[in-house]
Amino acid sequence: MNEGNGAVSVEDVRHVADLANLELTEEELPRMAKDLNAVLGYIAQMNELDTSAVEPMAQVGQALGLKPAVGGETLREDVVKDSVDRGTVMAAAPESDGRFFKVPKVIER
Amino acid sequence: MTERTAKQGKAMAGKEQGVRMADGLHSSIDRISLVEARAAVVEGRVSAAALAEEHYERIAKVDPEIHSFLALTRERAMTQAEKVDTAVKAGDPVGPLAGVPVGIKDVLTVKGVATTAGSKILEGYRPPYDATVVRRLEAAGAILLGKLNCDEFAMGSSNENSAYGPVKNPRALDRVPGGSSGGSAAAVAAGLCVASLGTDTGGSIRQPAAFCGVVGVLPTYGRVSRYGLIAFASSLDRVGPFARSVEDAAVMLEVLAGPDEMDTTSSREAVGGYAAELGKGVEGLRIGVPEEYFGEGLNPEIRAAIEKSLDGLRVAGCSIHKVSLPHTRYAVPTYYVIATAEASSNLSRFDGVRFGLRSEEAGTLAAMFRKTRDEGFGAEVKRRILLGTYVLSAGYYDAYYRKAQQVRALLTRDFVEAFDTVDAIVAPVTPTPAFKLGEKTDDPLQMYLEDIYSVAASLAGICGMSVPCGETTEGLPIGVQVLGRHFNEATMLRVGAAVEKQGISNRN
Repeated sequence: MNEGNGAVSVEDVRHVADLANLELTEEELPRMAKDLNAVLGYIAQMNELDTSAVEPMAQVGQALGLKPAVGGETLREDVVKDSVDRGTVMAAAPESDGRFFKVPKVIER
Repeated sequence: MTERTAKQGKAMAGKEQGVRMADGLHSSIDRISLVEARAAVVEGRVSAAALAEEHYERIAKVDPEIHSFLALTRERAMTQAEKVDTAVKAGDPVGPLAGVPVGIKDVLTVKGVATTAGSKILEGYRPPYDATVVRRLEAAGAILLGKLNCDEFAMGSSNENSAYGPVKNPRALDRVPGGSSGGSAAAVAAGLCVASLGTDTGGSIRQPAAFCGVVGVLPTYGRVSRYGLIAFASSLDRVGPFARSVEDAAVMLEVLAGPDEMDTTSSREAVGGYAAELGKGVEGLRIGVPEEYFGEGLNPEIRAAIEKSLDGLRVAGCSIHKVSLPHTRYAVPTYYVIATAEASSNLSRFDGVRFGLRSEEAGTLAAMFRKTRDEGFGAEVKRRILLGTYVLSAGYYDAYYRKAQQVRALLTRDFVEAFDTVDAIVAPVTPTPAFKLGEKTDDPLQMYLEDIYSVAASLAGICGMSVPCGETTEGLPIGVQVLGRHFNEATMLRVGAAVEKQGISNRN
């Protein structure tokens, strides 16, 4: 992958697509490279700001120092309750034996 | 609401059975408010079943052109309507949304009903559970008419990214309704449901509300449960209502808001009596106007309409103050790092194993993942997954993701400091009115810049809303954005109601 702020190449896109489990066609690759470069170029504006002393913000509640119950960090009681019906869930699977999800063979012998 | 006594009189004359809905109402079906619809049902002037039926007839007539609904839930609607009508007849207490026909954005699950998120990858998926917001609406007596079209996985600002075809703006059929909750805004504007649910990650409620001329509310982050929302960017996603008036939206929000044990990110902060608080008016409130939102690129007609709204607020007893949100210009870059990074992670669950589409082509598991995702995702979703994966990948995390989280903290601080001196902020929602279908589809960056006035509030987690405040000379709706402190929807809605009043008097 290219270093620093150079342009994203078609090879880079191929690599990222691989990481993301996306299969892109040969026609899609250069188009995506062009789009990513345009957007990343715009995103680079963030570098105008000195943020060395700023704590990164992952969640709103954390950034505001809210109490957990207000900031949305509460856990419910750990009690067993009815869950969704297994049969309903399995029926929605593309392939299932009713108990397990079936997928193509993972290990070749 | 304009009273149409002639129609009321006709209702009094009375047909014994099968009373037509319109006979029992003061307003025409495409304009009726939530409050009026409920009153008509509760007072027995019209049945919930007839009201729902009338809406289905209108959907059948109007929606082939608009394309706001992706699925209709007639059976469920009629069962629920019967329940409401039985309760009304028996004199039992009914909920605040009794008999009110609503639509649900198709990123929210409804048990047993096709839920696609506007994507091919979920074609045929029927969720095994209801989203909490859907449960709450029905518990309050609402009649769920169907699922509403949207950009694929809520990614888009024009509804043109729906795998099932775009929605048209009911106010101008050659224009987009906005996005991503385009169907939710268009259905309310076209008179196909009285209120609806949308979701807003970077502007997806406020922008389509502005484009279609309806009210759209973005509640504070954590205010409304997200259980049953198909996740796009979890630190940003919110659910909120669309309605025809601020009062209607306030009633909806009251039903939706509050903690949910199924969503640990929902807040336990007390919920206000939003509709009742509207009566307090706005006298003495301090309104902030951020100069950064009125710079170059803002359509002059939108600027003029917002200035008129500010004049109205002044007359209503508000004081107007300049405020500064100095990091505003970094909001869009920051948003597109954080939102895509989170999306790349959230959308990894779509792999063809447990639900939805599975590619027929693949012989191995790895190929099945890739081919399913290739066939199932549209171009914009792939683009955002790629961008999100890129900014999170080895060697880039600090430069992009961590940096964006730091700038997000600065953007949030901007708002917190501004709200030290003002009670609400008034700004444009969008730089332009609704643009033409196809106008921006070839240039993703241009489309992203559409979000320039909406994403900062999303990143900061504050509440916001869009209220109609006028029209362009071409007759396109203009929305004004009202932003409020974290968990202070009540004040925001009061300001929204005052702006709405001004907007209505502008039209007359």
